[in-house]
Amino acid sequence: MKRNVLPGLPLSLGVTLFYVGLIVVLPLAALVFKAASLGPQDYWAIISSPRAVASYRVTALSALAATVFNLFFGLALAWVLTRYRFPGWRFVDALVDLPFALPTAVAGIALTALFANNGWFGSLLAPLGIKVAYTPIGIMIAMCFTSLPFIVRTVQPVLEDLDPALEEAAQSLGGSDWAIFRKVILPLLTPALLAGLSLSFARSLGEFGAIIFIAGNKPMETEITALLVFIRLEEYDYQAAAAIASVLLITAFAMLALTNLLQARALRYTIRN
Amino acid sequence: MQQAKSKKPPRVGDSPAVRRTLITVVLLFGALLVLAPLIVIGAQAFSEGVKVFAAAIAHPDTLHAILLTVVTALIAVPLNTAFGVAAAWSITKFDFPGRRFLLVVIEIPFSISPIVAGVAYLFVYGLQGLFGPLLGAYDIKILFALPGIILASMFVTAPFVARELIPLMQAQGRDLEEAATSLGASGWRTFFSVTLPNIRWAMLYGIILCNARVMGEFGAVSVVSGNIRGQTNTLPLHIELLYHDYQTTGAFAAASILTLIALVTIVAKVALERRGAGRRSRRPALVAPVSKIAEKTS
Amino acid sequence: MKIRLDNVVKTFDTFRAVHGVSLDIESGELVALLGPSGSGKTTILRMVAGLEYSDGGTIYFGEKNATNIPVRDRGVGFVFQHYALFPHMTIGENIAFGMKVSKVRRSPDAIAKRVRDLLRLVKLEGLEDRFPAQISGGQRQRVALARALAVDPKVLLLDEPFGALDANVRRDLRRWLREIHAELGITTLFVTHDQEEALDLADRVVILNEGRIVQQGTPNEVCRAPNSAFVMRFLGDTNTLSTTVRAGKALLPAGEIDAPGCADGPADVYVRPNDLDWALDGAGIPASVRQVLDRPGNRRVIAATDQGDALEFDVAPETEVRAGDRGMVRIRRARVFPAG
Repeated sequence: MKRNVLPGLPLSLGVTLFYVGLIVVLPLAALVFKAASLGPQDYWAIISSPRAVASYRVTALSALAATVFNLFFGLALAWVLTRYRFPGWRFVDALVDLPFALPTAVAGIALTALFANNGWFGSLLAPLGIKVAYTPIGIMIAMCFTSLPFIVRTVQPVLEDLDPALEEAAQSLGGSDWAIFRKVILPLLTPALLAGLSLSFARSLGEFGAIIFIAGNKPMETEITALLVFIRLEEYDYQAAAAIASVLLITAFAMLALTNLLQARALRYTIRN
Repeated sequence: MQQAKSKKPPRVGDSPAVRRTLITVVLLFGALLVLAPLIVIGAQAFSEGVKVFAAAIAHPDTLHAILLTVVTALIAVPLNTAFGVAAAWSITKFDFPGRRFLLVVIEIPFSISPIVAGVAYLFVYGLQGLFGPLLGAYDIKILFALPGIILASMFVTAPFVARELIPLMQAQGRDLEEAATSLGASGWRTFFSVTLPNIRWAMLYGIILCNARVMGEFGAVSVVSGNIRGQTNTLPLHIELLYHDYQTTGAFAAASILTLIALVTIVAKVALERRGAGRRSRRPALVAPVSKIAEKTS
Repeated sequence: MKIRLDNVVKTFDTFRAVHGVSLDIESGELVALLGPSGSGKTTILRMVAGLEYSDGGTIYFGEKNATNIPVRDRGVGFVFQHYALFPHMTIGENIAFGMKVSKVRRSPDAIAKRVRDLLRLVKLEGLEDRFPAQISGGQRQRVALARALAVDPKVLLLDEPFGALDANVRRDLRRWLREIHAELGITTLFVTHDQEEALDLADRVVILNEGRIVQQGTPNEVCRAPNSAFVMRFLGDTNTLSTTVRAGKALLPAGEIDAPGCADGPADVYVRPNDLDWALDGAGIPASVRQVLDRPGNRRVIAATDQGDALEFDVAPETEVRAGDRGMVRIRRARVFPAG
């Protein structure tokens, strides 16, 4: 290890730790503390109540569906934006960030306006018997929207930096386009894809603003976990809110750990002896 | 113009059929999923004419919500920037045990539901929270008031500036700063005249994204604000209120302001990316596992 | 496989990289494309591979016009400058890749056997389960070669094969490549900017400058009879003395030098450092020593003529010479080209 010659460690580290401690760690610790103050039995009763379980199911399934959609769409979008030039590609590239930049409440009312039965898309889909707003499909669409940029923006730079010689080498060895994509390009994108997938899934699990407008929020059917936490708060049932919020928190941490593990595995070939 | 002077051998996926299919599919879905919501906001906001739109914006409650949103951003964003710079400086310019762990902790708010963040703040500053009784005794209001809104906003945006600066400063190494100090410059002098010029665009990039998120934050703020109309309603909360009051035009009028901010943010982002900030100049921090970033300088 | 390039042209945007190059490569021949950077040598190699398409002219593989055959069907083995090994595949998987994606079906056993044989050929037995990041540069180079050879290419193409390696490794690999070529007898074309590498390795050297072939021939031919000042300078250290040519003779203070075929007028005399002798007196060009550099095999003397031309030459290690000494420099051999 190198000796530190630069000044400012105590100040910068002090500020960092204070901020992280006060803003991030303290509240999360308080939440865990509150949830832990419930006995194991009470805790389990709350988090395994039918309404809570139904909310986990609709949240997780919608998030899964949205993430799978974004895996394909995001990958295709990243590919098109990196590999092809067409009129307006710059505009499309910039627009990818809209879901990041647009406040979720705004996205929520906009999507609801589109997909409500009298909306632009809803009125087209209604005769086909497809209801989007106030159904789990609506939840999924809101999740697709808010988590769209994650996969595009993690895959795109890796795709841009991919050494063209690798593709040329694979071509000179006789590989078809599909074989090269599957065996060379896709594996090299995998770590980025995993990162994007996990960010996208985590965001969908925790999304609130964009969903509550379009979801209908019917208990047991279209009520997401984040909303259930909110409802318990409004009922002044703070312990239940803490318990259910802690489920979301634990899930987020588990996702983070899993992603790091998967990424490390996917990147093991880069480790020198 | 489009006609290339010399033909290039096709790369993977360059066959016209693949190319056309992919572009069509992507543009179609992009238009339906991203462009349509943008257009519908404008259409709804002006659906009853410019006058109604202007009246909705000029309503005192809306103006107050705008003011509150701006004040929140004016306080939360600079604090967050200072934190981001301090974190990046300590993590990239020094080796200390627990650096990796600190990187992970800084990124935590990114993967946590804003509702969870809001609830967590309740258990610190709320009546039944850790400091609730103490704050109550001195009659200090944090929750359901401006400080709570600011704190919750700071939580959800904590990683924004830091995650732009850390990979960049990591890549730039310590040589310049070491040279400056060896020539006798003080720490502050070194930072302002050597480090800052190299990171200003990345910093601005982080600030802009941070600002957009602060102004648009809904979940966390809705838990801690108490939704008191004309008092603790930020713009996104105000939109919800109007929407649920069936004042659709008013809701979309307010939404159009936030949409405009979002569009300005995107334009600024593109402009900064041309100056080398953001993803164009480096991979996002999250693509390289945290462990790699920590390894590089040790 | 015999390869023939007929008046091949390549333009990038507005920059013409290759101006009508014609070249024949005999079956089994080992040919070097030698030139400074920007001379178009890599572009020519990539056009032979099918990694670039020419804008004019024809490339024949044997009797067949291969100009428009895409790289994947051309049957060439290409070794990239930085190897382009697939980082996520082991050494074994890298070598097997071409056989696995080939239209020719091979049994897994046949592929595994071929991988083992190739690993033996490139002397990397036991490394098949390593990843490219875990082996040395020289080893990567050999994996790249094994991978290219695995698909039984008709032609082997190497782009700056030793460019990224240390001097020692480079010399070893050079000898080894020569052996492999002798063993397999495959038509081989490689690109280099290092004249020593080209001369050591190739049966024939093609020297390029600014997108044109300047000279081609065996190492002996190009060394002994360089046809231009460019080739003379590019192949090794030279001393240059400006002079005038009259009636086939270049006039120097030390006398006349034959300049066959050189038109009358201003000209330059080119002399290799080895072709200069140093003496304290006698005939020659009077010069004074500026600096002496000691090297393992000899002493390099840097001197200046009374006209101000700098001269470099080598003397035996035991020669007593130091800065400030005056003496005579005699030219044993020289070539004269018009000044330009």
